[in-house]
Amino acid sequence: MKRRDTLKAIALGTLSGTALLTAACNTNADDSKNSVPATGSGPDRMQEEAAHEAQLKAMPDFFTPHEMATITVLADIIIPKDDVSGSATDAKVPEFIGFIVKEMTYYQTPLRGGLKWLDNYALKQYQKAFIALTQQQQITIIDAIAYPEKAASNMQQGVSFFNLIRNLTVTAFYTSEMGVKDLGYVGNQPNEWKGVPADVLAQYQLAYSEQELKICI
Amino acid sequence: MGDVQIKVQPTQYDAVIVGSGAGGGMAAYMLSKAGLKVALIEAGPMYDPAKNITQLKNPWDSVRRGASTRFRPFGDFDASYWGWQIDGEPYTKAEGTEWDWWRARMVGGRTNHWGRISLRFGPKDFKRRSIDGLGDDWPIGYEDIKPYYDRIDRIIGVFGSNEGLENDPDGIFLPPPKPRLHELMIKKAATGVGIPVIPSRLSILTQPLQEATTQRGKCFYCSQCNRGCMVYGDFSASSVLVKPALATGKVDVFTNAMAREVITNSEGLATGISYVSKDDLQEYQVNGRVVILAASACESARLLLNSKSKRHPNGLANSSDVVGRYLHDSTGAAMGGVLPQLFGRKRYNEDGVGGMHIYTPWWLDNKKLNFPRGYHIEYWGGMSQPSYGFGFDMQNLNGKYVVNGQQKPAGGYGASLKEDVRFFYGASVGMAGRGEAIPRKDNYCEIDPNVVDQYGIPVLRFHVKWSDYEIQQAKHMKETFAEIMHNMGAVITWGNSDGPENNYGLESPGKIIHEAGTVRMGNDPKTSALNKFNQAHDCKNLFVVDGGPFVSQADKNITWTILALSMRASEYIIDQMKQRNL
Repeated sequence: MKRRDTLKAIALGTLSGTALLTAACNTNADDSKNSVPATGSGPDRMQEEAAHEAQLKAMPDFFTPHEMATITVLADIIIPKDDVSGSATDAKVPEFIGFIVKEMTYYQTPLRGGLKWLDNYALKQYQKAFIALTQQQQITIIDAIAYPEKAASNMQQGVSFFNLIRNLTVTAFYTSEMGVKDLGYVGNQPNEWKGVPADVLAQYQLAYSEQELKICI
Repeated sequence: MGDVQIKVQPTQYDAVIVGSGAGGGMAAYMLSKAGLKVALIEAGPMYDPAKNITQLKNPWDSVRRGASTRFRPFGDFDASYWGWQIDGEPYTKAEGTEWDWWRARMVGGRTNHWGRISLRFGPKDFKRRSIDGLGDDWPIGYEDIKPYYDRIDRIIGVFGSNEGLENDPDGIFLPPPKPRLHELMIKKAATGVGIPVIPSRLSILTQPLQEATTQRGKCFYCSQCNRGCMVYGDFSASSVLVKPALATGKVDVFTNAMAREVITNSEGLATGISYVSKDDLQEYQVNGRVVILAASACESARLLLNSKSKRHPNGLANSSDVVGRYLHDSTGAAMGGVLPQLFGRKRYNEDGVGGMHIYTPWWLDNKKLNFPRGYHIEYWGGMSQPSYGFGFDMQNLNGKYVVNGQQKPAGGYGASLKEDVRFFYGASVGMAGRGEAIPRKDNYCEIDPNVVDQYGIPVLRFHVKWSDYEIQQAKHMKETFAEIMHNMGAVITWGNSDGPENNYGLESPGKIIHEAGTVRMGNDPKTSALNKFNQAHDCKNLFVVDGGPFVSQADKNITWTILALSMRASEYIIDQMKQRNL
C-alpha cells in the first residue's frame, strides 16, 4: 500500500493496527512518488527559519581540520562499535558537532578551549598532540578526565570538557538512525495502543482494573 | 512614490474576525455555516497540518536533532511558528515584574501545538467570589455554557470518562486509552495516598466522530499531537474549524496581515480593521458589520488600547479602564526523576496519544489549606522518541545505580557507557501542576509609550507579579509531587530543591501559556469591558472571543471554554443580526 493511501485508510478508520504496521513496513521505492513527505525529508519550515537554515549551511566550518580530527578520535572513544551498533563516526557524530556549534554558538569557546587544554596536557605528558598519541596514551589521559568523582582536583577543566563532549557525542549518536535502533525505540509509526503487553504487566505485578477494561478503548 | 495609501478591500463583510485560533476559528466556522460573509485576518501564514508536516519525522530529519530554536522554542518539530520572541515584534516588562508571552503566527494559532487538554469549567469555577470572596463571579454560570460544551464535545471530540465529579463535569466522551506502564505506577502510588487519578480528557479521536466538522481520521498513536496531525486526529483550529469554514466559500482569509487598529465611526461603532500586510508592507482596511477580536487575550487588549478615537479616548471598549487588567496565567510547578524498577525494561511501542493517558483533577477542600483555588496534575514518562538532549549528564546517573549487576564509577565512556544509556532509557517520570491564580486589577498589560514594533504598532508593556496565594499553591504542589514520587519508589532528580527564594519552583507568569482576563466580561459596564455575550458594553458591534473575556480561568486549560464561549457569542451575533440589532 502506498504511504498516502495508508494514511488515508487511517483517516477513514478502515485499517486495523496490524495491517497498518505491515503496510508501513512494506513500502518500496516506487511508493515514494506522489506520497506525503516521506520519512527522511526535512520537516515543515516557515519562511524565516528556512532562510536561517540556508544561512547556517552556507557558513564556513568553525573547527579547524586538526580540531575536527581530535573530535573524531574522542567521539569514537566515547561511542565505539560494539555488539549492538556502530561507532560515533559510523553515525556521523563529528559532522553533527561541527554543524551544531554554528547555531549553538555558546559551545564554541568551551569546545575550542577544551580541545586546546587536551592538546596542551598531551604535550606536557608525551610531547605530542592528543591525536598523535598511541591508543594507550590517549586512554590514560581520558581515564584522568572521564570520571568526575575520581578525577584529581587539578584536572577539573578537563573533566568539564569531557562532560561536554560526552553529552554531545551521546546525544548525537542516540538521535541518529543507528542510535535509535540501538536504543530499541520502536514508536514514531502508525500503531494501535492496546495497553501494556500482558507479559510486562505480569513482570511488574500490575493489572488493569475492571473499570479501565470496561471504559478504555 | 512617497504617498502612503490605505487600500480598502472592496467587499463589505458581515463579520471581520482578527485571529484564527480557537476563538476566531470557531467564530469563522459558525458564522460562515450560517451563511454570513466573513473576513478572517491572521498575522501569520496559511498552515494546514496535512501539508505542513513535522509529524512522524525522525530525530535525524532535523539538522539540530529536534533541538529548539527561537522559531520553535518547544523543539524543532513542534508545530508552533514562533513562540516567546518574534523577530521585529518586541514586548516589554516593567521593572521588577515578569511576563513571558507566547505568540504563534499561523492559521490556527497555538491550537496547532497545544496539549489538547480539554476540561470543562465546573459550576464552582464561575462563582469563585461567592465561595472564597476573592476576584469576581462570572456573569454566567455552568448551566449557561453546558449546552455549548456538549455541542463542542460532539463536533470536535474529546476522550475521557464520566466520573460524576461535582466541579469536573461529565461530558460526551470518546473512550480513553489505557494507561501506560509508568501511568499505572503513578496511579497506584497516588491513589495510595488519597490523590485521585482518572483518565485524561484530551481532544483526540480514539474513535470516528459522527458529527465532525470536517473529514477527520482516527488517532494512530504516535504521541506527537504537538506537531499537528496530518489525518486531523486531534483538534487544531486550522484543520477542524478554519478548513471547513473556508469550504463554505463564505470566508476570505487574509494571511500575513498584522492588525493595527479597530476602525470606528463618528457614532463610536466599529466599521472594520486596519492592518499592515507583512508581504508588501502596505496598509489595508477591511470593513464589516461586526468586528470580532480573537487575537489572543493580550493581542486583543493591545488592539483595543491602540484604537483610540474621539468617542473612545481611553481605547476602544475601555471606558471602564479594565482593558489589559486582570491578566493572569495558570500557575505551574514540576518535578521529575527516575523509576529504578524500570531500568533495563522491555521495549515495545508505548507512544500512545499525544500526552498523558491519566491525570489528577483538583481534589482538596481549600478551607483546610492556606491558599485559595486548586490545581490539577499532569504526568509523563516512559519510552519516548529520543531528541536533542537525550543522554546528557550520564555522569549524574550512572554512578548511582548497579547497572546489569555492576557498580561503576560516575561518567565513563566506551561500550560500558552505551550499556548505561540503554539501561536507563525509558525510566524517567515526571509531573506538573496547573493551578488557578487570582486575577488582580494591578496585574496588567498596557501600551508602552516608548516602543513600537517593526510595523510601527505600539507594543505591550507587562506588569505582572505573583501573590502569596500562588506561591503557597506551588509549595503545596511540590509537597504533593514529592509524596507521590516517594510512594512509587521514584528517585527525584530535579525540582525538589525549592524554597521561598524561588517561589517554590513556581514558573514565572506567562510560562504556562494560558493568558486570560484582559477584556473581561461582567454585568457592570463600570468594572467590565464586555457583557455576558462577549459584546463590548461601549460598542455593540464589537466582540472579543479569545481568553480575554475570562473573569477567572479555573485550574482548567482554557481552550474548551474559549470554544464554547465563541460558539455562544457567534449564535448571539447571528440572532442579533436577524433581529436587526446589529
